[in-house]
Amino acid sequence: MNIENLREAYGRELLAIARKDERVVALDADLCGSTMTSLLEKEMPERFFEMGIAEANMVSVAAGLALAGKIPFVNSFSVFAAGQPYNQIRQGVALPNLNVRIVGSSCGLSDAADGATHQSIEDVAIMRAIPNMTVIVPVDAEETRKVVRVSLQHQGPMYIRINRSSLPVLTDHQTAFSIGKMNLMAEGSDVTVFATGIMVYQALQARETLAKDGISIGVVNVSTIKPLHQSEVLKFTKNIKGIVTAEEHSIIGGLGSAIAEAISDQMIPIKMVGINDQFGQSASSHEELLDYYHLTPKAIIENVKILLMSYNQSNLT
Amino acid sequence: MDNNKIKELKQKAKIVREGILDCIGIDKKGHLGGSMSSADLVTALYFYKMRINPDNPDYPDRDRFILSKGHSVLAQYAVLAELGYFPKSELKNTKKLGSILQGHPEIRTPGIEANTGSLGQGLSIGVGMALAARLDHKNYRVYVIIGDGELNEGQIWEAVTCANFYHLDNLVAIVDYNQLQASGPIKERYDLGNIKAKFEVYGWKTWEIDGHNMAEIVNALDQTEQVKGSPCAIIAHTVKGKGVSFAENNYRFHNNLLSKEQYEQARKDIASIKV
Repeated sequence: MNIENLREAYGRELLAIARKDERVVALDADLCGSTMTSLLEKEMPERFFEMGIAEANMVSVAAGLALAGKIPFVNSFSVFAAGQPYNQIRQGVALPNLNVRIVGSSCGLSDAADGATHQSIEDVAIMRAIPNMTVIVPVDAEETRKVVRVSLQHQGPMYIRINRSSLPVLTDHQTAFSIGKMNLMAEGSDVTVFATGIMVYQALQARETLAKDGISIGVVNVSTIKPLHQSEVLKFTKNIKGIVTAEEHSIIGGLGSAIAEAISDQMIPIKMVGINDQFGQSASSHEELLDYYHLTPKAIIENVKILLMSYNQSNLT
Repeated sequence: MDNNKIKELKQKAKIVREGILDCIGIDKKGHLGGSMSSADLVTALYFYKMRINPDNPDYPDRDRFILSKGHSVLAQYAVLAELGYFPKSELKNTKKLGSILQGHPEIRTPGIEANTGSLGQGLSIGVGMALAARLDHKNYRVYVIIGDGELNEGQIWEAVTCANFYHLDNLVAIVDYNQLQASGPIKERYDLGNIKAKFEVYGWKTWEIDGHNMAEIVNALDQTEQVKGSPCAIIAHTVKGKGVSFAENNYRFHNNLLSKEQYEQARKDIASIKV
């Protein structure tokens, strides 16, 4: 399986669209070497704006650029991009529905060594709660490129969440991507796992293990966390016994919440795999943190089995 | 600047102050104080300085105005109505459900350039527009009115340093320096000291003027156009509630209810302003 870095894919694609569309500009808060907007800066320095370590100003400046017809990509780590300038995003960008793209790099626990201050576990919840905001979590480098391309056609603000790590490439250039659509990665008949970001791969691994026990799970890649409609979820829930959601994010307000909200009038049990309302911490690797916080194939397997057990019990009584 | 033009602008400012009262109405709350203190500045910008076209509000080369102290938007609504961006009859619908005239500026209103009201953001938005103008090789200018209480916001100083770093000589900030913030006199609440010196130390070219003296306002605005390589700040000394006897220098009229008697007194006060 190919492994590819999402930040690099983002930086290269941003430069590629900037070459074609002069509305594209990039702003960064002293992290361009990590967010990979340095690639754009090197080739077209006049369209790159170093904003210093001042995220609130950066977002409002982007609003001004968008009001003047640009498509600004605002870059920092997720925790700073979504957290520091929340109100600037809400009032200045989302309320007037501007074409600003907030790109949160090093999302989730992926900045492992830096610890809780640099790990974003509630950014999706914050961004999802803002009207007009579209929230995208690309599953791999290939999908990251598509998100960047599609963003040129999208009207309104977007939050794009980019993992720091190099991740397995699970899609190819033919895999369809459009905002609001989910992708079935693998079929299954007992339980459907709706996963996002790095957890899609974990779900696919869980699927292989469960198959050995005769349990069949479907895996759906949810890269658009918002908008997320009931009709889209129900495409993948026919005759199943329950849903497991999986995300590298707090279970409060993320993908699991979005799915639960969307199908709250449906009689489908849901279990959620995510970070259980606690902060991250430093570790020597991203994998170590995923393991510690139970963002693993094992956790998905356990939750699938709990769902099936309660299904069987309720059918017995 | 000939005296007739100044007189004309003063007359417009009077109409704008009347429009502010139209927006508030009787027995209703409205941001009277800050709107009245900004009235002459906003009037000078729209009726003298800025390149605008009310028939085509979005034409690309227009100058931009951002009212960062968004609560004073009543003054801007009164100006926009006078210029014909929307009918004057809309003013009485300010803050009503479904109105195009919201409690704070929104781009849904013809002539409004940015959503402001959460204080501290407008100057940064102005920086973005000024950067876009440069990138597009356009010569439009960006004017931002900020409040003195608003200067408490750290983001203002992020924008101040950013505008200096990018040498934005197409950006003009005007501080409506009425010395009163919402909860009392600045000297007693949260005093930043010498505002002018602070802008200067960050590389801005500055002026200090009487923000109700039309000749001084237009003169300072003209001078900003001569500056090359640095952003411009006009510290405009103003009186909160200017033109309304009982509201002048009274922080309680930051956002207060106008009784029928007060409303009528305010009308009389404004009618008696000499131009």
